[in-house]
Amino acid sequence: MDLALAPETLARWQFGITTVYHFLFVPLTISLAALTAGLQTAWVRTGKEKYLKATKFWGKLFLINIAMGVVTGIVQEFQFGMNWSDYSRFVGDVFGAPLAFEALIAFFFESTFIGLWIFGWDKLPKKIHLACIWMVSIGTLLSAYFILAANSWMQHPVGYRINEEKGRAELTDFWLVLTQNTTLNQVFHSFSAAFLTGGAFMVGIAAFHLMRRKHIPVMRTSLRLGLVTLAVGGLFTAVSGDTLGKVMYEQQPMKMAAAEALWDGEAPAPFSVFAYGDVDEGHNKVALEIPGLLSFLAHSDFDSYVPGINDTNEALREKFGPGDYKPIVPVAYWGFRWMIGFGMASFSLGLLGLWLTRKKFLLPAALRTGEDEVPRLVLLKQPLGAKLSRLYWLLALWTMAFPLIANSWGWIFTEMGRQPWVVYGVMQTKDAVSPGVSQAEVITSMTVFTVLYAVLAVIEVKLLAKYVKAGPPELTESDLNPPTKLGGDLRDADKPMAFSY
Amino acid sequence: MELHDVWFVLIAVLWTGYFFLEGFDFGVGVLTRLLARDRAEKRVLINTIGPVWDGNEVWLLTAGGATFAAFPEWYATLFSGFYLPLLLILVCLIIRGVAFEYRVKRPEERWQRNWETAIFWTSLIPAFLWGVAFGNIVRGVKIDAEFEYVGTVWDLLNPYALLGGLVTLTLFTFHGTVFTALKTVGEIRERARRLALRVGLVTAVLASAFLLWTQADKGDGTSLLALVVAVAALVAALVANQAGREGWSFTLSGVTIVAAVAMLFLTLFPNVMPSTLDADWSLTVTNASSSPYTLKIMTWLAVIATPVVLLYQGWTYWVFRKRIGTQHIADPVH
Repeated sequence: MDLALAPETLARWQFGITTVYHFLFVPLTISLAALTAGLQTAWVRTGKEKYLKATKFWGKLFLINIAMGVVTGIVQEFQFGMNWSDYSRFVGDVFGAPLAFEALIAFFFESTFIGLWIFGWDKLPKKIHLACIWMVSIGTLLSAYFILAANSWMQHPVGYRINEEKGRAELTDFWLVLTQNTTLNQVFHSFSAAFLTGGAFMVGIAAFHLMRRKHIPVMRTSLRLGLVTLAVGGLFTAVSGDTLGKVMYEQQPMKMAAAEALWDGEAPAPFSVFAYGDVDEGHNKVALEIPGLLSFLAHSDFDSYVPGINDTNEALREKFGPGDYKPIVPVAYWGFRWMIGFGMASFSLGLLGLWLTRKKFLLPAALRTGEDEVPRLVLLKQPLGAKLSRLYWLLALWTMAFPLIANSWGWIFTEMGRQPWVVYGVMQTKDAVSPGVSQAEVITSMTVFTVLYAVLAVIEVKLLAKYVKAGPPELTESDLNPPTKLGGDLRDADKPMAFSY
Repeated sequence: MELHDVWFVLIAVLWTGYFFLEGFDFGVGVLTRLLARDRAEKRVLINTIGPVWDGNEVWLLTAGGATFAAFPEWYATLFSGFYLPLLLILVCLIIRGVAFEYRVKRPEERWQRNWETAIFWTSLIPAFLWGVAFGNIVRGVKIDAEFEYVGTVWDLLNPYALLGGLVTLTLFTFHGTVFTALKTVGEIRERARRLALRVGLVTAVLASAFLLWTQADKGDGTSLLALVVAVAALVAALVANQAGREGWSFTLSGVTIVAAVAMLFLTLFPNVMPSTLDADWSLTVTNASSSPYTLKIMTWLAVIATPVVLLYQGWTYWVFRKRIGTQHIADPVH
């Protein structure tokens, strides 16, 4: 069966669906691993029960989430070969190495130590058990680092040469691939966005319980931790987004021109707030702009020249021959805005929350609350009324998925903004697809993945909701008496396992 | 020995590691229907692999990633060529992973039963399909001058490959059964040993037939040696099982897997995916491999990282070394 579609269209849809879906779980996994590890560290150091309860509660949500991240990640490892075999042949010499590093260094780490952590509560002494979750956290970060290095090479290929005889790209400098500025900036940006995501998740759920005055000591701590994570993560996301943007203006001017729907180069260039364009004619019909801001975003001054889509397209034609080198402009334009909008909305809410729940700074002593009280939300000198307080908690709850939307659009923007290239300036997407895989096969796999992922999403969200509502578990005797020996204490030999599948 | 030969061996090692480790956890999955009599026993079985199955599966991801890096052409031809069977394997592995993690997360009877059904089928199907895949790799498939697979999915379902599938399915089930005998306590342990005898005999017949067929088609002196080791280890594993030496029995069934995979790779070398259309179109260690620079980096990675992985993964098995019985399974919900 052959449809009147370009061969790469279906493969791109499948890659988009499976990858965006996979990346819903990745940032939460990265941040929740570290946050859970942090809470468990607090438990080990202070012995306060609220930290152990918090560890168990967030750890459970983390596990429900990472299970999905792990299994959807398996598809990622194989679909380059399945659907992008010509890509794999052409770039495997360069692109395969970071993937192999990821598997051998990060995946093993993550998967082995997560098993030890899940089942290790009554098998490992306290500190070793704690070390396991930190290992998991390190594994998630390493994993993200290597895969971002691979993606950065697609955005800005370095450290390679083209072997004409073999017809492929070959690695010449692996260290450069791992440390080029695109990699470092993408890593910085993705890591901070991951913590923004986890922070918002934690704040939303803590708000849910605090609003209902349940599980206060644990949720109070969680709220605080979540807010700080959200604010710091948000700040770094903004800063790294700015530096990554500047790098992209150098490396892929087309992507950034499309992000601004800037059709013709200008000096100084304005930042577009809203635009509605005519793509065929190559101009905007409606445009609302802030003068000079784009010049600043691109080059840190308010009047330098920023090239537009039409100029860049012309320049690329001169370099690479006839063709259209612009991405789908509305997707790039709106993707860029939704990324920033949803991300920064969460960040603002975090900053607001941090101020409203401040502990001592500029807070009248009479309004300070104790460990087992719901924190009062204080705007200036007076606490917010019941309605406004409730509104803040509700907002926090309802917007807890905003960073997920921002992450997804960020990736859609950066990947679709690179089109028509799969490896910028080196290989076009249409040349990357598997020639031997029929459209019927891709439709089959795309349908299977979409249906399966949809069903799993329903199951996962329901399960998360169940455990969120249940709140932190009551601690048991064995929780409070961790073993002193590796493999568990002898006295426990015939006791049920602390955790079993 | 050049670097691409080293990498041929390392890829073989990764697949061996995968089949050795996930082999028994696939087998344990199959046993949830074959051996367990009730939910408590199913849970005993699942918990023998609970802390380790995820780490075991990473051997597959590493084999995939390392093939991509060391033999891009092999990676490209294999995974685009075996598209639909691979899709089925991926679907199974996705459901299987979720099933282990989610099964216990709700108390409802139907919820748990559904995930248990899932664990059985998603263990059985890949255990069978990996044998079909390797049967086809060794036998050779229709590959054209561009290294593209030009056969259909039906071409992959030939008698030799299907027999290969039955061999991996029974061998992994046997491996899982002796693993269960080694890791459990109580009545289920006794029954596992009795079942191991029956599964082992079926495995011995099928595996001997498959390996002899391979030897007749592609074999030489070294592959014959591997064949003899594989079959002898399997027989010895059965003897050890009957003698109640569970550790030995498990080790020996592991040796069977190692020797059988070694034999397949020995008959493959220096090809990595032979073409049945024209010998010149076969993918080999030379024409499918990466540049020496990439292979050198990859070799450093393997030399440094693999022992560390083996060390901490081995440590996991040591931490969870205790046998499990029904008395160790707590109330159904957490």
